[in-house]
Amino acid sequence: MAAPIDAVGQMSNSRALLIRRVISYVVLTIFAIISLFPFFILLINMTRESADIQQGFSPLPGTYLIKNFKAVMNKPDWAMLAALRNSFIISASCAFLSSYFSALTAYAIHVYDFKLKKFLFTFILMIMMVPTQVSALGFVQMMNDWDLTNNFIPLIVPSIAAPATFFFMKQYMDSALPLEIVEAARIDGCGEYRTFNSLVTPILKPAFAVQGIFIFVSSWNNFFIPALILDKPELRTLPLVINLIRSADYTKFDMGAVYMAVGISIIPVAIVYLVLSKFIIRGIALGAVKG
Amino acid sequence: MKHKSISYAKWGYIFVIPFFAVFIVFNLFPLLSTFKNSLYEFYKSNGVTFGPNWIGLQNYSKLFSAEVNVGKYFMNTFIIWLMGFIPQIFFSLLFASWFTDLRMKLKTGAYKIIFYLPNVIMAAAMGMLFFTMFDQSGPMTNMLKPFTGGVAYKFFENVWSQRTIIALINFMMWYGNTTIMLMAAINGVDPSLYESAQIDGANPSQTFWNITIPLIRPILVYVLITSLIGGLQMYDVPQIITRNGDAVNRTSMTMIMYLQYQMNIGKNYGYAGAISVILFIVAAALSMLVFYINSDKDERRRKKGVK
Repeated sequence: MAAPIDAVGQMSNSRALLIRRVISYVVLTIFAIISLFPFFILLINMTRESADIQQGFSPLPGTYLIKNFKAVMNKPDWAMLAALRNSFIISASCAFLSSYFSALTAYAIHVYDFKLKKFLFTFILMIMMVPTQVSALGFVQMMNDWDLTNNFIPLIVPSIAAPATFFFMKQYMDSALPLEIVEAARIDGCGEYRTFNSLVTPILKPAFAVQGIFIFVSSWNNFFIPALILDKPELRTLPLVINLIRSADYTKFDMGAVYMAVGISIIPVAIVYLVLSKFIIRGIALGAVKG
Repeated sequence: MKHKSISYAKWGYIFVIPFFAVFIVFNLFPLLSTFKNSLYEFYKSNGVTFGPNWIGLQNYSKLFSAEVNVGKYFMNTFIIWLMGFIPQIFFSLLFASWFTDLRMKLKTGAYKIIFYLPNVIMAAAMGMLFFTMFDQSGPMTNMLKPFTGGVAYKFFENVWSQRTIIALINFMMWYGNTTIMLMAAINGVDPSLYESAQIDGANPSQTFWNITIPLIRPILVYVLITSLIGGLQMYDVPQIITRNGDAVNRTSMTMIMYLQYQMNIGKNYGYAGAISVILFIVAAALSMLVFYINSDKDERRRKKGVK
């Protein structure tokens, strides 16, 4: 497509084009370095001894990786292992519940005709952008009344109502779920709920994967609500441990261990992201089409 | 659905029950009770609870009074957001236009992956990492010594350096996301427009300003407003960096940090309710804008389809 156009005045254009390409690669590479630099410092300092770190940065890794790891795991007041487990339980439950029930809701709006359908759809779109923090006060008071603080339920169950996930699922169904499939299942005598579970969910697999990852990550990184709900040390999630380290007089800490704790909180997600990155980036672009 | 004898409508209702039941119990009721709190005098002081006593709108007038001045925290939030957003939109537009330029034929895959990476990283951990990096003895502070007069600069004891670091983290976390969004928008522009512009001899910057920008304006507005709503919720990074907001006379304390402060430390539930209502009104107004932009676009698309 571009070839015949390039042929117009090629001689004068090709040098300008080359210069533009070089400039853009240089700028892009600088930004890639800026984006990666903090993680580079993190990875290096995770392997160095505290005294070494205090003396200044060196780009060469040290030999303290295992020792720092053990130091973090052995700090009883950080309870890192418990935090990893808690974060994982909450994030995995949210990913499952949120994508399943949002898909079910989107399916109801997509397939059935009922009186409130339009109203409900518009309603979800309108509340989609309202931040959860604005109802946090009432939420925490209610959880107090119900004796649900220091419990994972308030962090997991609300994820069933996720307007953004609903919207993504609805968009996906519009493009990938023809109503004829549902009709055919009915003719074969398949029940409505079974149709969704055994026929529709396999079609939605790519959407489940993308949304599952996004929900998992945002729940893994969530700091505001868990900080209000959990205060028992053994129930802390990873962001709460980070907050604990920051709130204590951290200059007295073993810096290698601090970097290691930050590393432990972000590396699992970073690895999952890098493995599935192509998939995830396509997912964001897909979500962007809504705009 | 299309059958005459059997109505499937009840299944529609059954399938939306979990979503709306959870929404009503865990979102709507708390929201209403938050609103209710804002109309009462209700606080704890030295372990003694005062109220709740009905006081109408007094919490609001106190919040805006000179001694509390909630406007300060609004401005903090807005300034830090703007400091991150200006470079974010600038570089995202630049990169998106490069990535989609057919003549340049850049290899973009790795750059997109790297630019988006900070977005999936825990914001609290990013805050902690930058705090350690820019701390008195941190690696960045040491590396920047030649530029700060040979001494370790105290980044977290100055209003603007502290805000700059928070804005820098916000920028790093979001420019990749915005780049990908804008790329999707530019890819949606009819390629024949670019071809005819090239044949007419338009240079890249003319093409950018006269074709790309006007055609992706709806998405630009969308990015702006969603980023504003995101900025309003700014909490994790400044909370970690400033250790609960107190650093440098609360000049980097955001609205949500102030809300959290009134809930947990001030224990003034009336104030916290009023702050929530103000935030709700601002967020709801911005959401309405997004909603109308989206539905406007759907309408245009439908009209086009009819033709």
